[in-house]
Amino acid sequence: MYPVKYHRATSVDEAKAAFTSASEARFLAGGQTLLPTMKQHLAAPSDLIDLRGIPDLAGISADGDGVRVGAMTTHAEVAQSAEVKEAIPVLAHMASTIGDSAVRHLGTMGGSLANNDVAADYPAAVLGLNATVVTDRREIAAEDYFQGLFATALEEGEMIVAVRYPRPERAGYAKQTNPASRYPMVGVLVAKTGGGVRVAVTGTGQDGVFRHQGLEQALSSDWSQGAVDGVEIGEEGLMNDIHASADYRAHLIRVMAKRAVAAS
Amino acid sequence: MTDLTLTVNGKRVTRDVPGETLLSELLRETLRLTGTHVGCDTSQCGACAVHMDGKVVKACTMLAHQAAGTEITTIEGLANGELHPMQKAFNDNHGLQCGFCTPGMIMAGVDMVQRYKAEGKTLDEAAIRHELEGNLCRCTGYHNIVKSIQQAATEM
Repeated sequence: MYPVKYHRATSVDEAKAAFTSASEARFLAGGQTLLPTMKQHLAAPSDLIDLRGIPDLAGISADGDGVRVGAMTTHAEVAQSAEVKEAIPVLAHMASTIGDSAVRHLGTMGGSLANNDVAADYPAAVLGLNATVVTDRREIAAEDYFQGLFATALEEGEMIVAVRYPRPERAGYAKQTNPASRYPMVGVLVAKTGGGVRVAVTGTGQDGVFRHQGLEQALSSDWSQGAVDGVEIGEEGLMNDIHASADYRAHLIRVMAKRAVAAS
Repeated sequence: MTDLTLTVNGKRVTRDVPGETLLSELLRETLRLTGTHVGCDTSQCGACAVHMDGKVVKACTMLAHQAAGTEITTIEGLANGELHPMQKAFNDNHGLQCGFCTPGMIMAGVDMVQRYKAEGKTLDEAAIRHELEGNLCRCTGYHNIVKSIQQAATEM
């Protein structure tokens, strides 16, 4: 790893000041993606600003409308949270399947979303559940947040503070993981929400997570596995690589959508 | 270089290490605790697993400075006069062959037993196999590792 200066911030303001005064800073969350990237010399920030010690970025709270998850909440904390399990069980379930137990003890929701890896799980939850990404300067609707592979609406130095998930009527998530990397090749989250049915697909789109209109229409009129059968699921826009062909990925979207409905 | 203070196997240590130092490097190269192994160095294999404040983490995918103020337990810190029940179980059940993955297996095993106990869940064979998804062994085929953790779960 190239030399890097480490800072531990204890407040959002302190983190922002450290970011501004460094030549090429990156915020450090759990580091479960950023550190491997730095080890491969694919990223070489001059300074890392550790956000895990900032109380304002921690914690989970729930009310009648939904759940607010602090950006530095680990996957293990989301998976075990009584509030999340009660209000949005699909989110707790998803968190329990990310990486492995050691990764879940460090990896965070904010870190995952800021990175927006195409093969990450949480983007499907944010888009599928119509969540709001709360940053240090504004609130970003899920629809506007994801802007392609590893690209988000976050501006230079903008920090995710929390994510607000509205309570769905029902929701399910299913994924087929790559047997070596354990990342999803196709992950589908289906949700019946106050604003209609939403279906988000992660792991497989050339531009990252996306909503599937055909599946949404079919499940709006008939929330059943059978309804998924009649939907045309095309290959266009899907990745085609050594892990899976676009044709196979399209097939997996159908299978995972059915399993997600069954799990809802 | 920045001063870093943490507790390793019950002993408070302060070292002046660069920001990019990995926890695995601090443990192995600075503190000479070479029981924590580095296998893949990409967070896949789990040979570097240690406990931070009682929870299993991968020491190769953490900066040493991220562990400031925490309590780290490595394989060297597990035995308390006599072998930890998990170590004894691996011995009893021949839960290793070459031994390279064993420190990580044992640290992951202790974590999963403690976690399941705390949550009141049963750690059966299927659960152990699933929980071992972050630890690779290239020798044993896992059977005796699973048996070892099952035995230790009844003794811990």
